[in-house]
Amino acid sequence: MYNKGTIIPGLALFVLFVTFPIWFNGLTTAGDLPKPELPPGGEKQCVMPADYMRANHMQLLNEWRDNVLRDGNREILEIDGKKYRKGLQMACMACHTKKEKFCDSCHTYAAVTPYCWDCHLTPNEAASKEAIH
Amino acid sequence: MDKQRRKFLKIAGVSALAGIGAPAIIKLTSSNAVASSGGQEAAAGHAAPAAAGHGVAAVEAPQGVRLGMVIDMRKMAEQPGQLDSAIAACINAHNIPEFPDSKNEIKWLWKAPFQNVFLDHSSYHSSTRVANTPFPALCNHCDDPPCVRACPTKATFKLAKNGVVAMDFHRCIGCRFCMAACPYGARSFNWQDPRPYIKKYNADFPSRMKGVVEKCNFCGERLALGQEPACVEACKATGAITFGDLNDPQSEVRQVLDNEFTIQRKTNLGTKPSVFYIV
Repeated sequence: MYNKGTIIPGLALFVLFVTFPIWFNGLTTAGDLPKPELPPGGEKQCVMPADYMRANHMQLLNEWRDNVLRDGNREILEIDGKKYRKGLQMACMACHTKKEKFCDSCHTYAAVTPYCWDCHLTPNEAASKEAIH
Repeated sequence: MDKQRRKFLKIAGVSALAGIGAPAIIKLTSSNAVASSGGQEAAAGHAAPAAAGHGVAAVEAPQGVRLGMVIDMRKMAEQPGQLDSAIAACINAHNIPEFPDSKNEIKWLWKAPFQNVFLDHSSYHSSTRVANTPFPALCNHCDDPPCVRACPTKATFKLAKNGVVAMDFHRCIGCRFCMAACPYGARSFNWQDPRPYIKKYNADFPSRMKGVVEKCNFCGERLALGQEPACVEACKATGAITFGDLNDPQSEVRQVLDNEFTIQRKTNLGTKPSVFYIV
């Protein structure tokens, strides 16, 4: 074989470079699955089963938004004896009080930036200027 | 050959005449019918607006639940501070920012002098109470809202359920056509991020973002909980604002409307406002 000295190290470098995503994820924490923090209050029941919520929470939120705003249907949902007012701030955030440790954990992993929080207040934000009622 | 050519020219000439003449004849004969039916239509057309003209005094009330309010300025003047507390209640309930520059002001419920609120009413020699009491102004939740017609994204719309002119902030693209369309100046635009200028947060209501229009929503979120709008509640001591279904003959607001002379803002525009004032 001619040029053995350059071809073999070159091939080795090439394989190393092509398999970069595999070994990089294995060696670092970049590939770890996110672990969203469950509600600090210990609630086990959501408006829908966890599997459904994991996959479809965005559709459910859009549905609630259209119900509440467009149809004026703000009926209070009762699921297994617990009452929920339709709304991100009113229903979801009542249990999942830490947006930074629940929502963000997956959203950051999946590199999605939903614009909910441009207007909706996280419990942290709301507490920063507490209203007196 | 000669004969045939002569025959051909004759036939061609007659056909051409018939071809040119026929549409004209059809037009002439049928024009009478058109003219006569047109005449009838015109007569009917004239009759219709005349009938409507007679009906102007009693505009047909829209059907179904239609929420509205009556603001009694006599009671409002009794306690001059209550309008301020109503505005404060509105600001607290809806996370309304208070910008230092009045150019950026976000107004859901605000106060203005009589001559600004009622441009088409003379304020010449008005009573001292009217001249000295600031009038509350807010979205009139019109029955025929011009803002809804102007909105290109249907971000603002009329709820069929209760007649409230509502907004879906998610859909607002900030074009401000609604602001140009609203004859009452009841819509405000967020020229900058409102969050730093919100004094206290209500955790049950969102804030808005830069580039979104907002206005009074008749406290839809409070109505759902069986509460009255925040401003109505703030004026409860004197009962200066009465709120309810304008189409329900038994409602409190109808009792007031039946017994008192009320005025509305800019009725000549035909928007049919749902907010009435007792001056």
